[in-house]
Amino acid sequence: MTPYGSSSLAGSTHDALTRKSTTASRKMAAHRCSCSSWLFILFSLSVFVVADIHETTPVNDHHGGADHNAQTAEQTADQPAVEGRRWEATEVKEAATVDAAADTQGTSAPETVVPSSVPQPKDDFQEELVIRPLHSGDIYASFQFRTLWDTDFMRENKVSHYRLFPKSLGQVISKFSVRELHISFTQGYWRTMQWGQPFIPSPPGAELWVWFQDSVTDVDATWKELTNVLSGIFCASLNFIDSTNTVQPSASFKPLGIGNVTDHSFLRYATLPREIVCTENLTPWKKLLPCGSKAGLAVLLKSEKLFHSSFHSQAVHIRSVCQDWQCKTTSWELRQTVNSVFDLHNSGQAKREWSLFKMFSRTLTEACPLASSSKLYIDITDNPQGEQFELSPATSLLSQAVVLGDRRTFSVYDLTQETTFGSVRSLNLLIRWKSNEGEMLRPLLHAERYVAGYGLQTGEIHTLMYNNHPYRSFPVLLLDSVPWYLRLYIHTLSVTSKGKDNKPSYIHYEPSKDRVKPHLLEMLIQLPPNSVTEVTVQFERALLKWTEYPPDPNHGFYVGSSVISSLVPSTVAMDTNSTRERPLFSSFFPCKEESSYFVRIYTEPLLVNLPTPDFSMPYNVICLTCTVVAVGYGSLYNLLTRSFQIEEPNPGLAKRIANVIRKMRGVPPL
Amino acid sequence: MGLLSDPNRRRALISMLTRLNAPICVVCYFAGVAWFMGLAFEPFTLRTYMSENAMGSTMVEERFPAGERALATGREFAAHKKKVGGMPVDWLVKNMQDRGLEVFTQSFSRTLPFPDENKERYIVKGTNVYGILRAPRAPRTEALVLSAPCSPGDSNNQAVGLLLGLAQYFRNQIYWAKDIIFLVNEHDLIGMQAWLEGYHHTNTTGMSWSPLQGRGGSIQAALSLELSSDVITSLDLVLEGLNGQLPNLDLANLFYAFCQKIGVLCTIQGKLQRNDWDSVSGYSHAVQTMMLMVMKQASGRPWGDHGLFLRYHIEAATIKGVNSFRQYKTDATTIGRLLEGMYRKLNNLLERLHQSYFFYLMPSLSHFVSIGYYMPAFGLLAVILLLRALDLWVQLNTPPSTTEDGVADIDQVRHTPGVLSVLTPLVISHLTGVALYALPIRFQETAVEHFPVSETEAVVLTAIAIYTAGLALPHNTHRYYIMCVCGTEQGWRVLKLIAVLYLAVLLGCTALINFSLGFILALTLVPLAAFVTPHVPKVLSAFILVILSPACTLLFSVFFFQELQEMPVSFQDGWLLYLSVISQGILDHSLYGSLVYPLIALLVYPCWLLFWNILFWK
Repeated sequence: MTPYGSSSLAGSTHDALTRKSTTASRKMAAHRCSCSSWLFILFSLSVFVVADIHETTPVNDHHGGADHNAQTAEQTADQPAVEGRRWEATEVKEAATVDAAADTQGTSAPETVVPSSVPQPKDDFQEELVIRPLHSGDIYASFQFRTLWDTDFMRENKVSHYRLFPKSLGQVISKFSVRELHISFTQGYWRTMQWGQPFIPSPPGAELWVWFQDSVTDVDATWKELTNVLSGIFCASLNFIDSTNTVQPSASFKPLGIGNVTDHSFLRYATLPREIVCTENLTPWKKLLPCGSKAGLAVLLKSEKLFHSSFHSQAVHIRSVCQDWQCKTTSWELRQTVNSVFDLHNSGQAKREWSLFKMFSRTLTEACPLASSSKLYIDITDNPQGEQFELSPATSLLSQAVVLGDRRTFSVYDLTQETTFGSVRSLNLLIRWKSNEGEMLRPLLHAERYVAGYGLQTGEIHTLMYNNHPYRSFPVLLLDSVPWYLRLYIHTLSVTSKGKDNKPSYIHYEPSKDRVKPHLLEMLIQLPPNSVTEVTVQFERALLKWTEYPPDPNHGFYVGSSVISSLVPSTVAMDTNSTRERPLFSSFFPCKEESSYFVRIYTEPLLVNLPTPDFSMPYNVICLTCTVVAVGYGSLYNLLTRSFQIEEPNPGLAKRIANVIRKMRGVPPL
Repeated sequence: MGLLSDPNRRRALISMLTRLNAPICVVCYFAGVAWFMGLAFEPFTLRTYMSENAMGSTMVEERFPAGERALATGREFAAHKKKVGGMPVDWLVKNMQDRGLEVFTQSFSRTLPFPDENKERYIVKGTNVYGILRAPRAPRTEALVLSAPCSPGDSNNQAVGLLLGLAQYFRNQIYWAKDIIFLVNEHDLIGMQAWLEGYHHTNTTGMSWSPLQGRGGSIQAALSLELSSDVITSLDLVLEGLNGQLPNLDLANLFYAFCQKIGVLCTIQGKLQRNDWDSVSGYSHAVQTMMLMVMKQASGRPWGDHGLFLRYHIEAATIKGVNSFRQYKTDATTIGRLLEGMYRKLNNLLERLHQSYFFYLMPSLSHFVSIGYYMPAFGLLAVILLLRALDLWVQLNTPPSTTEDGVADIDQVRHTPGVLSVLTPLVISHLTGVALYALPIRFQETAVEHFPVSETEAVVLTAIAIYTAGLALPHNTHRYYIMCVCGTEQGWRVLKLIAVLYLAVLLGCTALINFSLGFILALTLVPLAAFVTPHVPKVLSAFILVILSPACTLLFSVFFFQELQEMPVSFQDGWLLYLSVISQGILDHSLYGSLVYPLIALLVYPCWLLFWNILFWK
């Protein structure tokens, strides 16, 4: 599909979309190629095979709006229905009675992606909170809010009527012809070694990457304007994004939505590692939600608690997705996420227990009335018999999902059901730890980076990538964007694993240009099993012009995180159907193969000191310079240019007077 | 400028300078010494003040409560240390993990070039244990270090206990903006060197260490803690680092400010501060404090574990607990609160410490002498060399019959000896220097085979032997001079001119990097360089020359230093101390990259040999 498709990873995230895009391309009529059609044929064949196998799979009743779904699904083609059955990964084992709440279910919107048979409403909102107790005793809370809107910003020139979708973003999409927009603000560093993989990764600081429609003629100007607009919307310093920190990655960032774009000239990627995230960024972010922070899960997002955590990340992802399996029509998806990790030690209490109130200083009382689904998931995979921690109030609803290469079990609290809140009309979930031992889970892939050396002239960037898989090797794509004031000596680039040279199979390097653009280095590296791969490159620290230093030059200069994208071998079969109904947290990255899953990790940013003049002494410098010029240069110049002559002894006063008189008389002087 | 371009006035100036050369030199020398002694006089010095705004105006509260528990942890640590017979790595790892730190270990090994008899070690193997407190919502770009050395024996257990106590307390606080690394390093400086090299992935001294697994970004500041008893009466601040580098003065200010705030007795160089600056004893107290700092700085060795950080541009100091002033008692909680306060202020830093001075001397903890005040003392000494050089230059260029000096006499130049004749003594004396630098370690095995000495003695005695053998040089080089046709009178003048200028450049550069070393060398070498000619009485001058040679300067310094520390030694002990100081100097060079030994051996000693040559010029 992509030119890099043969290298299997290059199009990693997005080859998964091949199928969707082939169907979509018929409608979009913009990109047609013969290859897509034969891929489509291939795919449909495979689906038939799959369908045959799973025809007999018993269908479990879906607890929420299951009947409704079944009807709508039957109206559409057989295949999706079969698909639906086969991938009932979110199947919910019902121990309690569902019928009690069956009537109220009717009001909630269908859970599958907006079925094509229902024309109205064309927009849909879902909210979801996942809480995962981590082995370290910390708690990971991940909010996801998804708004789907069946509209086309590009075709209809004016989209004027907005219901759930925020107008400010809709206008941005149509004005700047955005195909995909991903923006994240993160405070802190995701500790992969202790916490495992996050559902949605993000680097410290601000990150922005945007795919533009191919109708955009001047991408750079549009990008500049877009960053300034977003800067206003999110109250962030995105206006500091300019050509010196923007790159166009060739392979690392493929569109996550539909679309078979391969021309990376329409992609812009920038990070601001220094960006501080705080309440002023959270408030505008909350305003984009249909219910704001008035109702639903968003009431928990109180900044005084949210910023009292070990990690905080908020993001907005806009992309277009298929409405159904056939992908006849597309809709825009807006995903707003907040990820945070609460620290056990910082809670200040000796008791090892967590509750919603302790974390957020709020409890849940209702779902957002506009939401079609509003759920709370607790990851209980490591706690099957309740020996690790105790959950109260207990729930009987369980759900399974395949996420990040692992089949996880979740307790589900459906906020749209009255029974969830019990008699007190409020849900305050309590997790009480029973044992405090828990082995550290070793993520299959993690990375770290640091600057080596001392002194202010040169240095060396070391990037270490760990493959902890016992027997599988897998490829990773490393993206490094280094500011121009670190002059990379690319001839010193070396990649070694297990003491041997590891030759990257693909290198894309764009040298920097002083004060104009940064270095861009992309490499496809195969990581051998159970190994550490070290990438080193030396650099020289540039001496800036004195006006180019920031007000705090002795703090150091930031180098953004490296991005490592990879297809990591999965232990369980991944769900390759991207349109089927799944919990939001497991459906962000599209998946192409069952045997592997996509992971993106970010290394820590670097703080590098550049040679800095002593700004506190401009007066001394001026004095010294002036003295050197006046005394040193002046006298030397004087000595060099003066012609020395033997001077006549000074005539006496009488003689001078005599000479004056002689001059007046017209006779030659004495 | 008219002065220089006017031949008459220039001539007058030069003739005055040559005529009054000797008196001016004497005056300059005494003025330099007097200036230096005046630096310790309190009205001439500045009070210390906090320059860094981020640390100055912000308020922090110290609430560390668990001093007693920390001491108990220290005792537990001591028990485990005794049981394991070294560093209790597993115990430390478990304890740090229980306190919620990310814990990593680093093993290292190092074979010393020859056995270190002071600390009785030769092949060193050890493990560093460090735990990182990850700051919430910080992206791992900045870190602070708190270290406690774990040396064999019974010392410093309380420091480890306090370190663990602080780790536990710090872990529960929310306000950290920088990662804090708690490091327990085995084999004090060697372990610290291994850890720092591992952290920065450099290898300057050929040590082998295992790479570090966890890092916290660029380290902004570090403190090393040394406590050896449960009861502490005062805290001593140690600043002198490798090659005479000093941390930013703000770090000392910070320590002093917190000692004042919490009410802990604090000292520098082990000397309390006195208020009676106007009395003789008060003044001499300040002089002693400053001279101790000068001696320590001149030695170029790290006087605590902090000394090695300075190479990496990390501001660091060592805080030593002292138990000597009986009437004052400070418990571990107070020291913990002091450290907590300091770390909270360092945590507030927005930039690296850079606002205050990097070059200073401290006659007391509340007063300092900045580079602008102490450099004139050295400048007055250095100007003697320039005056002598001018004198020699004029003598070389002015034959008795000359009338004009504005035009350089071309025929005079021909009479001066060629470059080669001057080159010979230069080359030979430098080769002796190279031998002094390289041979002692190389030939230790041979020496041990042939003489009944240990390796360490062999190295030191070889060094002294080569040094002494260098004195025999004039007789050897003498023959070469006879072969050249040049006039000997001009010959020694040219040689001396070069030697004097060489010394001036050498001392000037040394003083810029390490003022104390430059000043002490200047004190002894400058008078020698000023007076030596072939015409002075040989035996007496040779004696003076030997007395003022670098080796004897070192010997006197050893006695003087002991005197300053109020621990005078007999000559016998002093000699043994002298030998061990030489061996320590050589070890410091090979272990940590101290530059004093190569500087003395490769540059200062050859320069001194040149003057020795001139004395015996024939």
